[in-house]
Amino acid sequence: MVTLKLREKDYTLPGGIPLSQAFKRLGLDMGSHLAVREGEIITEDRVLQDGDVIKLIPVISGGSQ
Amino acid sequence: MKCRKCTISAVINLRQHRLALCREHFNEWFLGHCASTIRKYGMISPGDRMLIAVSGGKDSLGLWDVLTRLGYQVEGLTIQLGIDEGGQYSAKSLECTHKFAKDRGLILHELNIQQEYGESVPQMLQHARAGEDKPCSVCGLVKRHELNRYTMANGFNVLVTGHNLDDEAAVLFTNSLIWNTSQLGRQLPVMEDRGEFAKRIKPFVRFYERETTAYALLNHIDYIEEECPFSTGSRTNHYKTILNGMEDEHPGLKYRYYLSFIENKKAGLLNFAEDRQYVEYLCDQCGQPTNQPGLCAFCRLVGRKI
Repeated sequence: MVTLKLREKDYTLPGGIPLSQAFKRLGLDMGSHLAVREGEIITEDRVLQDGDVIKLIPVISGGSQ
Repeated sequence: MKCRKCTISAVINLRQHRLALCREHFNEWFLGHCASTIRKYGMISPGDRMLIAVSGGKDSLGLWDVLTRLGYQVEGLTIQLGIDEGGQYSAKSLECTHKFAKDRGLILHELNIQQEYGESVPQMLQHARAGEDKPCSVCGLVKRHELNRYTMANGFNVLVTGHNLDDEAAVLFTNSLIWNTSQLGRQLPVMEDRGEFAKRIKPFVRFYERETTAYALLNHIDYIEEECPFSTGSRTNHYKTILNGMEDEHPGLKYRYYLSFIENKKAGLLNFAEDRQYVEYLCDQCGQPTNQPGLCAFCRLVGRKI
């Protein structure tokens, strides 16, 4: 299984799927997050492997101008 | 996915540009794209004294880093808003900002709202009125007023802010949904100096928020990841999420949406009466520009506690 960490929440998905599909399964859009594996940002085509721990970094900030 | 410029694995895919890049080439592209934005909109002239508003977030710290790398001398201003309930948000923001400036030997100015006006932004919220009762509106009002006041009072002629394309697209979305022409008239990458208003520039205006985050991460900029507790559920953030959902299906949509607006405005295809009549009065108390006679919105807010 792959563990995806977003703030205080952990999600698990089966390995062998690309990051883009993981985003879809979690109902997240790619524009609002970056994914980091072992300290490296990864692109959406990278296949997630069983045992991977992926940190999802939210990119949206700010409330008003 | 490989970097378009070399054979190394890409760290980011800029789908709106059909460009995947490795760390080194992303940094090269990022600096070049920011320099090109500054040139394209005539943001900076020789001899300008620039002050950047820094919050401790990825955008303002990233922009300060980029401008310094591009050779510009820019001093920073951080405003302590006093948002410290629960998570110590303001204290953490200040810590990130201090560390950033100290590590790079940059000049940082500080302004504490509680010390200046006797109350913090959360306290001001307690006596805000209908129409200005949303935390982000009050906070935005305080920041706009104080940033301009400090810039003008301390001999700077350009105020730099870290607004990115997602910020601008969300505001455009908000204002065009209700055809708020007074706000649509003012939304530009550069707001020229208008008497008591300092020139304001937004050099990150052609970057997606995802790119400014990647720049901060890849360059080990220690920024505050935690969101302001008051921004949870904010309308702007909600609209950003909606736009990102559409962007996933149609790469480049946000880019075209905002930049076409700017291009059409520059070409004179979108005209708003408010483009020509913004500053009409000066506040009786602080002397800053306001759109009605008497006190400006900030002085009315601050004065209401009495």
